[in-house]
Amino acid sequence: MRPARQIAHDVQSGVTTAESEMATSLAAIRAKNEEFNVFLYVDEAGALDAARRVDQRVANGEPAGALAGVPLALKDNLCQVGIPTTAGSRILKGWLAPYNATVVDRVIAAGAVVMGKTNMDEFAMGSSTETSAYGPTRNPLDPSRVPGGSSGGSAAAVAAEMTPLALGSDTGGSIRQPAALCGLVGLKPTYGLVSRYGLIAFSSSLDQIGPLATNVADAALLLEVIAGHDPLDSTSLPEPSPSLVAHLDDGVAGKRVGLVRELFEGAEGEVVAAVHRAAEALRDAGATIVELSVPEFRLGLSAYYLIAPAEASSNLARYDGVRYGLRVDADDVAAMNEATRTVGFGAEVKRRIMLGTYALSAGYYDAYYGQALKVRTQMIDAFKRAYQQVDLLLGATTPSVAFKFGAKTSNPMAMYLSDVFTIPTNLAGDAAISVPFGTGEADLPIGVQLLGPGRSEAQLLAAARVLELADGRP
Amino acid sequence: MASPLRREDVAKVAKLARLTLSEDELDLFTEQLGQVLEHAKDIAALNLEGVVATAHPFGLINVVRDDVRRPSISRDAILAMAPDAEDGRFAVPRIIGEAP
Amino acid sequence: MTLAPEWETVVGLEVHTELKTMTKMFCGCANAFGAEPNTQVCPVCLGLPGSLPVLNVRAVDLAMAIGLALHSTIASSTFHRKNYFYPDMPKDYQISQYDLPINSGGYLDLPDGSRVSIERAHLEEDTGKSTHLGGSGRIHGADRSLVDYNRSGVPLVEIVSGPDIRSSAQAHLYASELRGILIATGASDGRMEEGSMRIDANVSVRKIGQPLGTRCEVKNLNSLRSLQRAIDFEASRQFELINAGGVVRQETRHWDEGLGETSTMRTKEEADDYRYFREPDLVDLVPDGAWLERIRDTLGAMPAERRAALRAHLTNPSPAQLDALDVVIDLGFDDYVLGAIAANVDAALAMARAANELATDVDHLANLTSDAFATTLTMEQSGQLSATQAKTVLLELLAHGGEPRDIARSKGYEQLTSAALGDTVSEVIAQHPDEWARYRDGDDKLAQFFIGQVMSVTKGQANGKAVIAELTARR
Ligand SMILES: [Mg+2]
Ligand SMILES: [Zn+2]
Repeated sequence: MRPARQIAHDVQSGVTTAESEMATSLAAIRAKNEEFNVFLYVDEAGALDAARRVDQRVANGEPAGALAGVPLALKDNLCQVGIPTTAGSRILKGWLAPYNATVVDRVIAAGAVVMGKTNMDEFAMGSSTETSAYGPTRNPLDPSRVPGGSSGGSAAAVAAEMTPLALGSDTGGSIRQPAALCGLVGLKPTYGLVSRYGLIAFSSSLDQIGPLATNVADAALLLEVIAGHDPLDSTSLPEPSPSLVAHLDDGVAGKRVGLVRELFEGAEGEVVAAVHRAAEALRDAGATIVELSVPEFRLGLSAYYLIAPAEASSNLARYDGVRYGLRVDADDVAAMNEATRTVGFGAEVKRRIMLGTYALSAGYYDAYYGQALKVRTQMIDAFKRAYQQVDLLLGATTPSVAFKFGAKTSNPMAMYLSDVFTIPTNLAGDAAISVPFGTGEADLPIGVQLLGPGRSEAQLLAAARVLELADGRP
Repeated sequence: MASPLRREDVAKVAKLARLTLSEDELDLFTEQLGQVLEHAKDIAALNLEGVVATAHPFGLINVVRDDVRRPSISRDAILAMAPDAEDGRFAVPRIIGEAP
Repeated sequence: MTLAPEWETVVGLEVHTELKTMTKMFCGCANAFGAEPNTQVCPVCLGLPGSLPVLNVRAVDLAMAIGLALHSTIASSTFHRKNYFYPDMPKDYQISQYDLPINSGGYLDLPDGSRVSIERAHLEEDTGKSTHLGGSGRIHGADRSLVDYNRSGVPLVEIVSGPDIRSSAQAHLYASELRGILIATGASDGRMEEGSMRIDANVSVRKIGQPLGTRCEVKNLNSLRSLQRAIDFEASRQFELINAGGVVRQETRHWDEGLGETSTMRTKEEADDYRYFREPDLVDLVPDGAWLERIRDTLGAMPAERRAALRAHLTNPSPAQLDALDVVIDLGFDDYVLGAIAANVDAALAMARAANELATDVDHLANLTSDAFATTLTMEQSGQLSATQAKTVLLELLAHGGEPRDIARSKGYEQLTSAALGDTVSEVIAQHPDEWARYRDGDDKLAQFFIGQVMSVTKGQANGKAVIAELTARR
């Protein structure tokens, strides 16, 4: 599949049309969706409409946008007006969002052609897309394996060449981990860089929307479109979208990169080897590699699995059968709430709601949630100290390549450990990118992770570009 | 490994969260949540006296909007999404007990 | 049954007031009472998936104004989520302030000279409203309920007093003085009948000098009358219970206006676990000095100060005059009254006309200028208008605006002005030469006789004082 940047260029210059790009995408979706279970909803009519509007703008000689005619997939936790939006949950089956998420408005304004909504772990709680109420998504590189999660559908859409770009959301690694498992570039932006308005909340202080792409430049292009202040999100950073594409070739010469032991220890040997090779590549490009230890990172998993469920337990209270979504009737309203939630939520969501409710409840708050918030402070301080020594950090994205279905479903703790390298960034609110670098078992892709301080996206993308070139991709 | 969580704690939390758990689920959740809390002992045991809690990654302050009207959404559109509606309102089964 | 003499009632009040903003606390929907159900709603105030709150700056301004008026400390504050399931609360949590409220501490001085401490006055959002169908139409026994979210997300300030109130009468006085302050700051319209001010009362009893007794919280008192009755009932109930050897349980109780009783809503054991935590969708509120100054500059005088200013114009006021003064303060008629006083109108007359006539038509005050009010009362005082005529002119001014003299003329009151009254007095004197002679010789009692005669000729439309003035001029 051609890169998004190429498609937008060709559409704007009249070499191709948005309608034909849309048709190509639709054909791929039709051909592969049954096998991989990627899209929960395909908006054929809407996509055709959008494509024709772009073509009309081109015909009128108007600029059609940075994503002119580029087919794009939305994770199903992003609201799009009139489109079924389920967050992978039975409790929202049939719900049509009555408004657009800010990112949806922005991609449409930039000329993107939204093809539909992709499968995900229910309410983004999972690392394999196996907790979706609508069945698991298969990894297009090996259908016996998971695509990662929770943005597994979005990653699979791009990996299966259904769309060149997709939007995902990352609360504890949900963009970077599936990107790694599907051989893609995935970026978790600085908290507040991208508006959360219209993103169905999992954990509000951690959630960020970000791009999934086949290459670094496309990820930069999509992020530039969706980033920048939004008055509808109180946690949105005040500044406009940063300039990213223009800095892609900045390289890493003179940069100091910290190779962090805690960000690859315990990973499979082939993953550790890839991380070391990535360090070599960065050094070859002029960076100085500094070996670092940041012990606080080891506490991230515990803090995360208290903070995120605590916020989720509150964010998911509204699914009570009163105003929208599923209702299971009962005699009184409390019993109706309970019956609805019991039927509407899957096991993983219930597990996390329970965990979060417990962590916040009287008598346990201080020991669990309160303590986790203090660990979060320590995590932020630890990152700050690290960034006094180096510009960026390097580690693995995941402990292993894509795993088989069911491998971790019976043991939640094992599944939670999939996120051990990605979580610290979310807790600190910083930025990080996963970029494919070599392959491992069964020739499956390995992702390495670059981490930077808040607002370091341009640097991260430039460094990722260095690794992309070193990995033999143009 | 002693679970820090008792079955009755799990039952109480389920009530608070408005979830019905079967006997089997109660057992399973007691075990699984216990494992997570066991793992969380690494932080529960830390002495973090004097460390300030961070609820939010960045220190934005005073984010406000002007007191200006924005369009509301159509009642028909909203009620069309409702499981049950009557007379322009959302209908629910009887409410037992008043709001706290 | 009342409390034994050595016993006392202890009350602390939690007053919820809706803020008079254009829009809701976290979204741009209208904050207006009485619209068709669910027509003032959006993704935010309906708690739709993905929606996010953004704080209305006007709500913060008004909360700060309340804090300044109550002598509170205004400091950095945060928002928390109070988690509980209830169908009129769309997110199933309420955004409220918890350990760091915008206003803490302070006091309110009451007209009787007492002072009630303020613990805090914090911002929070209102809920929607349920209507109960079937059964009695009340929540108990209904078979289903209908929910309207127009009120959901309306900004509230909850003002919590210390347990300093010692009687239901003092509670009434506190609530009414607070209401005056809320109106004076522009924060609230104070309309209890529309639910824009709602009161919960924490009531306990004790032997004077003993530590505080166990309190019960009586919910949702929607008028000053219910407040006073509920406190009296609840204090008696607790006293009788203790007297009979029982123990007061800490609980939340419901006031039934019809029955005139409180009853158990929820005991402390079944109290909810609200799982408060910081609202991650909002950031800290850190008002700086400039912001505070801006609010301070827009704040007018508070009722106590205004009351003192007006009270200074009354000498030995009667209870009726003091009542009129209260109404003037409550309804904010200060400018009318002070304008009239500046035009040499008697202060008691100005307050009486404001409290009686202006109060009947507050919706049309815009029609009546302060000048027109003063002119009308000057005409009354000089005898150009009788009291009845002056009242009629005021009501006409309120209803349709205009100039007092034009209205008086068009109503045919003109004949009573100077010349016409003078002619009538001359005629009456000519018809009663004997009485006139005795009056001229010093028999002042005959003034009443002449007033009576003039009144009968003018069908009661003359002003007594003006008649005396005419008589004196001719004596
Ligand atoms: Mg409250
Ligand atoms: Zn609204």
